[in-house]
Amino acid sequence: MNKYRIPENLAISDSGFLFLASTGETFSVNEIGKEILKGIQLHKTDEEIINDLLNDYDIDKQSLQKDFDDFILQLQKNNLALL
Amino acid sequence: MNTKNKYERPVINKFYSGMMNKFGSQTIASPLKEIEGKRLNDLTDKFGSPLFVLSEKKIRQNQKSAIRIFKTRYPKVQFAWSYKTNYLNAVCKIFHQEGSWAEVVSEFEYEKAKLLGVRGENIIYNGPEKSRESLITAIKDRAKIHIDHFDELYDLIELTDELKLKARVAIRVNMDVGIFPKWDRFGFNFENGEAHQAIRRITAQKNLELIGLHTHIGTYITYAESYKVAASKLMNLANWIYDEYKITIDYIDMGGGFASLNTLKGQYLPAEQTVPSLDQYADAIANGLLEVRYKGEELPTLYLETGRALIDDAAYLISTVIANKRLSDGTRALIIDAGINFLFTSFWYKHKISQATEADAHTENTAIYGPLCMNIDCINEGMNFPAMKKGEKIVMEYVGAYNMTQWLQFIKMRPNIIMIMNDGSIELVRKAETLNYLLEQELLPLKLT
Ligand SMILES: Cc1ncc(COP(=O)(O)O)c(C=O)c1O
Repeated sequence: MNKYRIPENLAISDSGFLFLASTGETFSVNEIGKEILKGIQLHKTDEEIINDLLNDYDIDKQSLQKDFDDFILQLQKNNLALL
Repeated sequence: MNTKNKYERPVINKFYSGMMNKFGSQTIASPLKEIEGKRLNDLTDKFGSPLFVLSEKKIRQNQKSAIRIFKTRYPKVQFAWSYKTNYLNAVCKIFHQEGSWAEVVSEFEYEKAKLLGVRGENIIYNGPEKSRESLITAIKDRAKIHIDHFDELYDLIELTDELKLKARVAIRVNMDVGIFPKWDRFGFNFENGEAHQAIRRITAQKNLELIGLHTHIGTYITYAESYKVAASKLMNLANWIYDEYKITIDYIDMGGGFASLNTLKGQYLPAEQTVPSLDQYADAIANGLLEVRYKGEELPTLYLETGRALIDDAAYLISTVIANKRLSDGTRALIIDAGINFLFTSFWYKHKISQATEADAHTENTAIYGPLCMNIDCINEGMNFPAMKKGEKIVMEYVGAYNMTQWLQFIKMRPNIIMIMNDGSIELVRKAETLNYLLEQELLPLKLT
C-alpha cells in the first residue's frame, strides 16, 4: 500500500491542465489521469484510488493496476508525484 | 444494472513551447490491421510470430511499372533482378516471369539462378570474387561476366585460352558522380584511365568479347542527377571504344541504387517526402545516355539491376509485443519478438512501424527493442507510439530488401516467410528454421562424446 503526494504548487484544472508553479512547466492529463491525481490530492492510498476507479470504469483490476503503475512512473519522472 | 464509464488508459503529456522534439516530425501511422485483406492475427495464428509477409501482387506491379517508366524514356531496356537483395526462389521466380534476368554476385547465387531456369546468357555475373570454377561455368554458359579487377581479367585470359572458348565480358566502371562516399573499390576507375587500360587489354584478346559497360554508383542514392553524370560518362566511354576499336557494345548497365521509401536514420523528413521517384531516376539516366550521341551502329540496351526500390514495399514483418518497460530515465520501451537479427536494415533505417490493433490515441516517445540479450538490439531509439499490450501485434513495413538475405541466425531461429498470392491464397515460401536444421550442419568430434 502506497500513499503518494503531489507538489504543493501544482495546480490542476477541471479540464486536465496542470501547471507546476515552481518550474513553470505545463502538462495535460486525460480524464483517468485527472482522477488519479485528484485521489492523490485527497490523500488516498493507491488501493483506494484503484478501487474507486474500478467502481466507476469498465476495466479489470489487473489491467488497471498496470496502467496505474505506469502512470505513477510518468508522474515521478516529471516530479509530479512523490512517495 | 449500473453502466460504468468507458475506460481509457491514464496519460500525461508535457507541453513544450515552440519546440519540436528531437525525433523529427514523425506522424503516427494509423493501425495496419490487414495486408491485402488478410487479418494479421489470423496470419500469425497460423504461421507464428515473428512472420515475414510478401505480396506477389506488389512485386509484379513494381516490376511492371518500372519497365513502363524506363521504356517510355529509352527505347531498349532490360532489368536483371539483384539476387542478393532477396534471393528467395518465390521472389526471383516472379521477377523472372515479369521478364527480368538474374544479376548475381556469387557462385551460389549463380547456381540458384540456373536452378530457377534462367539461361546462362541471361545471367549477369558481378562481384569481386569469382572462383576459377565458376568462371569456367560462366564462360561455357555464355553468361555476361562483369570484370571487377585486373586479376580477374588475367584469370579470364588464361581460362579462355586453355578452354579455347570465348568469354562475353563487360567491365565494371567506378567514377566520380559528385556523391559521397565514392564506391571506388569495385571495378576500374574512369577518371584515371584504368577503365581504358582494361578495355585495351580486353580488345587485344581474341577470346574476350567486349559486350557491355557496367557501373553501380552506390545504394540508396537520393540525388537522381548523379545517374545522369554516370550514364553520360559510360556513353562517352562507349564512344571511345567505338572510335578506337570500331566495337559496338550491346549494353550499358547502370546497376541499382534507387532509394526505397525507407527513411534513413538521421534523416529528418520522412523518405516519402525526400527520395526521388523512379520517374526522376529514369529521366536522369535517359537524359545522360541520349545527350551523348552514340556513334556505334546501334544504340546500346539499358540494363538495370534495381534491387531495394522494387521489393522493399512488397514485404512486411509482423511481430508480437513481449513486454512493456520503463527505462531509468522514464522513457517507455517496448520489447518485441523480432530484433536486428531479422531486421538487419534497422541499423540504417528508421523503419515505418505501426500497431496492428486499434490502440488509444495517446502516444508517447517509445524505444522499441528486439528480444536478443544484447544492447545493440534496438529497432528504434525513440518514436511516438501508442501504448501496446503484451501479445498485441506490430508491423514493420518496407522490409523486402536485404532483410531476408542478411538476417542472422543469432540466438533465435529464423521465422516463416509467407506470400499472399495474386489469387488471394497464402503460400509458405520459406519454412521457419528448427533446431534440427541447425544441428544438421554440426559435427561433434567422437573424442568429445
Ligand atoms: C552490382 C550491384 N547491382 C545492384 C545492386 C542493387 O542495389 P539496390 O538494392 O540499391 O538497387 C547492388 C547492391 O548494392 C550491387 O552491388
